Parts: sequence; C-alpha cells; structure tokens
Amino acid sequence: MHYARRRLVNVAAQSLAVLCTVAVLIPLVLILGYLVAKGVTSLNLDFFTQLPKPVGEPGGGMANAIVGTLILIGLACAFAVPLGVLTGVYLSEYGHGRFGWSVRFCADVLTGVPSIVIAIYAYTLIVKPLHSFSAYAGGWALGVIMLPIVTRTAEEMVKLVPGSLREASLALGVPAWRTTLWVVLRTARGGIVTGIMLAVARIAGETAPLLFTAFGNQFWHHGLGGPISSLPVQIYTYAISPFDDWHRQAWAGALVLLALIAFTSLAVRLLTRGRLRPAL
Amino acid sequence: MDTKLDVISLHAWFGTHHVLQDITLKMPERAVTAIIGPSGCGKSTLIRCLNRMHEVVPGARASGKVLLDGEDIYAPGVDPVQVRAKVGMVFQRPNPFPTMSVFDNVAAGLRLNGVRRSRRELAAVVEHSLRQAALWDEVKDSLRASGVSLSGGQQQRLCIARALAVEPEVILMDEPCSALDPIATAHVEDLIHELKEHYTIVIVTHNMQQAARVSDLTAFMYLGSLVESGPTERIFTTPEKKETEDYITGRFG
Repeated sequence: MHYARRRLVNVAAQSLAVLCTVAVLIPLVLILGYLVAKGVTSLNLDFFTQLPKPVGEPGGGMANAIVGTLILIGLACAFAVPLGVLTGVYLSEYGHGRFGWSVRFCADVLTGVPSIVIAIYAYTLIVKPLHSFSAYAGGWALGVIMLPIVTRTAEEMVKLVPGSLREASLALGVPAWRTTLWVVLRTARGGIVTGIMLAVARIAGETAPLLFTAFGNQFWHHGLGGPISSLPVQIYTYAISPFDDWHRQAWAGALVLLALIAFTSLAVRLLTRGRLRPAL
Repeated sequence: MDTKLDVISLHAWFGTHHVLQDITLKMPERAVTAIIGPSGCGKSTLIRCLNRMHEVVPGARASGKVLLDGEDIYAPGVDPVQVRAKVGMVFQRPNPFPTMSVFDNVAAGLRLNGVRRSRRELAAVVEHSLRQAALWDEVKDSLRASGVSLSGGQQQRLCIARALAVEPEVILMDEPCSALDPIATAHVEDLIHELKEHYTIVIVTHNMQQAARVSDLTAFMYLGSLVESGPTERIFTTPEKKETEDYITGRFG
C-alpha cells in the first residue's frame, strides 16, 4: 500500500518535472527554429564579406558589423575578465570583512543597473571628453555590464575549491600568492570560464549600451578611437527600417550573432578543458 | 639520537579556545614519533604547529617555542614558507591536485616554489620521490594520467611523494591512514619504516596498534595536554600515568 502510493507520487513528480522542462524548451525551440528559417535564406558569402549597400541596392552584407562585434567583445573581455576574476578571488579569499561585503553589494547592484544607464555613464566618461563615439567607449560599456557577472561567478567558483588543496600547497612551502594563482585558480578554471562565457553571451546581444558609445558605422571602422559597427545595432537599425530587404538582412544578422556566441562558447570550452586522462 | 624537533611550552588557541596547554616534547632525528589520544585532544593541532600550518586557520594562534635543529621556528622574522619547505606534511584525506597529472603533482612543490630545473632534472626528482614513496612501479606507465584517478591508497602515497620531492627534513603525517583500507594502510606503514632511515617522522594516529607498529616514541595527549611520552614499548607495556593505561587498554576514549 505504502509502496504503491510512493510509486504514484514518484511518477507524478517525475512527469511534472518533464512537463516543465518541455514547457521551457518549446519557446526556445520555436524562437531558434523561426530564426533559422527566416535567417538562413538571406545568408550567403556576401553577407560575411561585403559592407552594407545603400537603401534600394540589393545585396551587401554585414562584414563590418561582424568584425565590430568581435572587437567590442574583445575590448570588453580585455577589461572585465582580469578585473572581474581577480576581484572574485579577492572576495572569496579575503573578502570576509565590511569592505568585502560592500564590494559584493555593489556588484549585485551593478548587475541590476539598466544597460542604457551604463551607456550614459560610458558616454559621459569617454565619448564626451574625447568628442567622439568610439569602440573604446562601446567596449567599456559592455565591460561594465560583464564585470559583476564575472566577479560573482569567479567568487563562487573559487569558494568551491576545497581548503585541503590550499593546505596541500602551503604545506609544500609554496607562498600564499602562488598557491592562489597556480592551485586555486587552476582548479576553479572550468567554472570561471563558464561564467565568462555566460557574461559574453549576455553582452554580445546588447544594443542599448552601444547606441551612443560605439554608435554604429556603415563602413569599416578607422581605428578603435572612432565609431564602429556592431551586429546588435545593425540588426536594430535594419529591423525598424521600412525595407523588406533590410528586414531579411536583420534576420540573417540575428542568426549569425547567435551562431557566433554558440561557436565561441564551444571553442573556449574545448580549448580550456583539462587534458588529463584517467590512469589505466 | 639527536633531537630534531624540540617543543617547549607550546600553547595554541582557536579564537579564545585554548586547545594546547603547555606542551613540552622532544622528537628525535630519524625516528618515528607517534602522537595518540582521543578525538579532540589536540594532536592534530600539535603537529600543525610544527610547520606553522596552525596559523593558516583564521583566528588561530600559537605561543611558545618549537626548535628545529635548535632554531626557533616561531622566532620573529622567520618566514613560515621556509619552515614548511623543511617540514613537510601529509594530510588525513589524500589531496592530490585534481587538475594535475601524477607527474605534475609530484613536481608541484618544485615548480610552484619557482625553482628552475630542466625537464630531465625534474623527471629525475619525480622518479626518485615516487620510488621512495613505493609508488613508482604502479604509476610509471601513467605519469600523464590524472592524479585523482588513482586509488585512495595510491593517492595517499602520491601525496607522500609530493611532500618528499621538496626534500624536507621532517615529515608530519596527520592520520595518514584513516581514509584507507587495511591493505593500503599496510603499504603506508611499510613506507614509514623505510622513510625513517632518512627523515624524521611525526605521525598522529587514532589507531593504537598502528602507533605500536610504526613508532619509536609515543606521546599520549588528553584534553589539550601532554599526559606522558616515552619509548613506544614502555608506553604500551608499563605506562606511568593512569590515564594512559586506561586509554591504551580501551577503558575510555
């Protein structure tokens, strides 16, 4: 009797879990499917190699925007990854006091700041004094959005490293700083990389912080001190235009952006995973 | 036998909790000293004071003297990192570095200390340490494999090899066999016998048979104090104090 009841409850709970998973997956699959269906027809080699054509002229591509997005993500990472990872290490290893608490609080608040506000901040800090929209300003804005995500994931991942490994290293006569860099960080590497890739995925699609920092550019950029094109801004511009041709290109751009993020995530994971095999 | 480690009036605290009270104990060179006593008596704290690992725990501190070859490791200006390079440690649970191969685990101490060595010198040290730890024959064909994929007993010997690679003078073992099965325990005990030819060994153990089997000297601790110490044979046959006798005959603990 008890056993029968327990089995029933088990089946019910399991079905509910499966049902919820399916419910979550349906919109995801629909969006992906629609995106592929709409985007793939407008994709061709030109899309990856050509600059945008003026209105009315058919063809053209988003080569500048693809490169621009990669540059902006690179700039954001160059600033947010070292700063975020080291802050995370600090918070986990030493941030037990009031200062650590404040940093953690600020990071959490920063996560909730609307990206448009961060754009205004980058505009005031970089665009205004330099009198020019620039890749630097765009990268900075994206980096600021990444920073708290990287910091908090790095902190959590470093916390998961067992204390026994730190002790093992210290007991070998290894100084604390080397222990942190070569034992603790190395052990937490997988989790930290995942956190960074999540942060990259988050910023890669951001449009608002780029509107008046990187601005956008229908041509190739001239150095990082000037306006630069990016996929999200290009998609936005094309999507709100009245031209069917541009709409098609916007779909293709969205598809490319998605694929770009998927491939970088995959590549980074493959490159940073451990290469150790188990013993025979 | 010359005294290698001389503990003089050592006290230790965790916050306000006074866990070691006035410990005075001599540990002879190239011999095995066993520290026995019931759980919570402070034996682990005592050996963690011998290479200044005690103070790594937040809020922990110690006072008193520990002379290593006559020099106080608690004297002002002594770098704990230098002390730990001379006094190695093996922990209760095997803790190889999970991201490193067998080879890299053994080489870790040298590499992380920034000692520059050629690939060949490093390989020689690794082989020598693994042989000393009686593990070489089992792992010589899988040096590139992950250290954590070895069995528990092999992992513990890997940790011993890792400690030996930095050429310490003293090896502290904090219940090194408590997570191992009897066969792996026998391996480690045989190893201790061989290692004492070259090293001074201090071992903490819960297991009185183990203390009797491996050690030359035994110290019995109870409630943070040293009750009695002396040659192992005497402690186990004619203990002077009643607490010692009660403990080794299993009347309490």
